[in-house]
Amino acid sequence: MEFDVGIFLQQIVNPSYLSGAFLSVAVAVLSLVLATVIGFVVALGRTSRSRVAQGAAGLYTWFFRAIPALLVLLIIWNALPQLFPVLRQEWFSPFIAAFIGLGVVEAAFMAEIIRSALLSVDEGQALAGRALGMSPAKVMLKVILPQAIRIALPPTGNEFIGLVKFSSLASVISLQELLTTAQVGVNITFRYAEYYAAAIVYYLIIVSLLTLVQSQVEKKFVWTSRTRSKKLPRPETAGQGVFS
Amino acid sequence: MSEANAPVSPVLSVRKLHKRYEDQHVLRGVEFDIHKGQVKAVLGPSGSGKSTMLRLMALLEPADDGEILLHGRRIGVRDGRAPGGLAVALPERELAKERRNIGMVFQKFNLFPHLSACRNVMLGLTSVKGIHHKDAEEQAMAMLASVGLSHRSGHFPSELSGGQQQRVAIARALVMNPDVLLFDEPTSALDPELVGEVLDVMESLANDGMTMIVVTHEVRFARRVADEVTLFDGGVIVEQAAPDEFFDNPQHERTRKFLSHVH
Ligand SMILES: Nc1ncnc2c1ncn2[C@@H]1O[C@H](COP(=O)(O)OP(=O)(O)OP(=O)(O)O)[C@@H](O)[C@H]1O
Ligand SMILES: [Mg+2]
Repeated sequence: MEFDVGIFLQQIVNPSYLSGAFLSVAVAVLSLVLATVIGFVVALGRTSRSRVAQGAAGLYTWFFRAIPALLVLLIIWNALPQLFPVLRQEWFSPFIAAFIGLGVVEAAFMAEIIRSALLSVDEGQALAGRALGMSPAKVMLKVILPQAIRIALPPTGNEFIGLVKFSSLASVISLQELLTTAQVGVNITFRYAEYYAAAIVYYLIIVSLLTLVQSQVEKKFVWTSRTRSKKLPRPETAGQGVFS
Repeated sequence: MSEANAPVSPVLSVRKLHKRYEDQHVLRGVEFDIHKGQVKAVLGPSGSGKSTMLRLMALLEPADDGEILLHGRRIGVRDGRAPGGLAVALPERELAKERRNIGMVFQKFNLFPHLSACRNVMLGLTSVKGIHHKDAEEQAMAMLASVGLSHRSGHFPSELSGGQQQRVAIARALVMNPDVLLFDEPTSALDPELVGEVLDVMESLANDGMTMIVVTHEVRFARRVADEVTLFDGGVIVEQAAPDEFFDNPQHERTRKFLSHVH
C-alpha cells in the first residue's frame, strides 16, 4: 500500500478534523484557565502562613500529581454520575467532563509554576508597595502578579501545549477531539498513514500557532519604553526624515 | 489641648522599641523623636539594627514591644489591649492605611520594574488614594520634574541609572505627601559618581522643610544637612547631638571608635 496523497489532502480539509482540532484546543484552553484559577489558590495556600491552608494546598498537589489524568477522566465521567444525580443530566457532556478533569489535574502543576513565580519576585517589591500604603490585595494585583506572570509565561506555554496533547486522553470518555477523529477514520478505512499524517499536520499547526501567540504575549512583558512607545509617532521617523 | 503653648508633639516618636529575630535581640529599647521639619541622620555599624528600626517605624514589621507614635497618637495597634496586657497589632489592611503618612526610600530603590517612571510615581496615588488617572499623572509629572527627571518619565527602571532610579523612588514616596520620610542608606547601592545627584535632591527636600530620618554612611551629608546626628549601635541609640558636636566632640567612647573607622 502506498501513501495516497489524495486521501491525505482530503482528510486535511475534512470538517471533522477541523472540529476535532477545535475541540482539542477548546478543551486545552478551558482546562488551562481552570488550572490557573485553582493553581493560583493552591499556590497562595502553599505560600500562606496558615498551617491549615498550607496543608490543604499540599494535599491537593500531592493527590493530583499522583493520579493519572486518564483515571481522573474516567472517574469524572463514569464514577461521579453514579454518586451525584445532577451529573446524570443532559448538560454534563464529555467536553465539560474533559476540561474539568484535565483542569483539576493540571492545577497541581500550575500551582507549582505559580508558586515559584510568586516567590521569585523580589521581596523588596511587596515591601515598596506596602510602604506606599497599598492593601494586600492591591500589592498582589498591581505589584506582584504582573511580575510573576512574566516569569510564569514560558512554563505555562509548555503546559498548554501539553494540554492540547493530553486532550486526546478524552477519547476514553468519547470526546470527538483530534486524535479520536483520526482513529475513527482509520477504523473504517484502514488508511493509517494518511489519517495519522493529517493528525500530525493539525497538531503541528496548532502548536505553531500557540508558539506564535506565546511569543507575542511575552513581548508585552518586555518592560522597556521602546516596545511601548509604538503608539507615539517617533520624531525621527515621523515627517520627512533626512534619510527617508 | 488647644492652648497655644501646649507642647507640640513630635511628628514621629519611638518609645522603648524592642525587636527579636529568633534568639537575636536586634532592637533593645530604642527611644527616638523627630519634630516637624527636622532632619536626623542615623549612623551605625552594619548589622546594628538600623534598617530594622526603620521598617518598624514604617509599620512594615510588628514590634515585639514598645510604642510608635505619629503626632503623639499611637499607631500600628488597636485601641485597648489583649488580656495579657500586650498591644494587639492591627491587621495588614488597617496597617496599610496608617502607612500612608510615612514614606520610605530603600537602599535598592525597589522601583516597580513593570511600570514606567511616571507610573511608578502614580501607583500610590491611583491605588491608595483613589486619585483619578489624569490628576495622578499630572502630580507624578510635577514630582518627577522636582527631582529633575521630566525627560525620563516614560522610561522603565531598567533604562535608568541607579541615581535616576533612586530619584524616582524619592518622587514615588514624596508624591504621597507623607508627614515623615525615612531613608535607608539611599546612596549605598550607587556608583560613587551617582551619589551626588541623590544627595542633592535630599538636601533640597530638607531645605523645603521635609521631616526626614536618614540612615546613611555619608558623613559629609550628615554634617551639612542634618539637624541632629545619631549613633545607633547594639540595638540602642548611643549618642545623639548636633552635627558639629557629634563629629568634633563626641561624648561616648563608642562614637569616637565608630568615627575613627569611617573618617
Ligand atoms: N527578617 C529578618 N530575619 C532574621 N534576622 C534579621 C531579619 N532582618 C534583620 N535581621 C538581623 O537583624 C540584625 C540587624 O539587621 P539590620 O538590617 O537592621 O542592620 P543594619 O544596621 O541595617 O545593617 P546594615 O548597615 O548592614 O544595613 C542583623 O543581624 C540581621 O541579620
Ligand atoms: Mg540596613
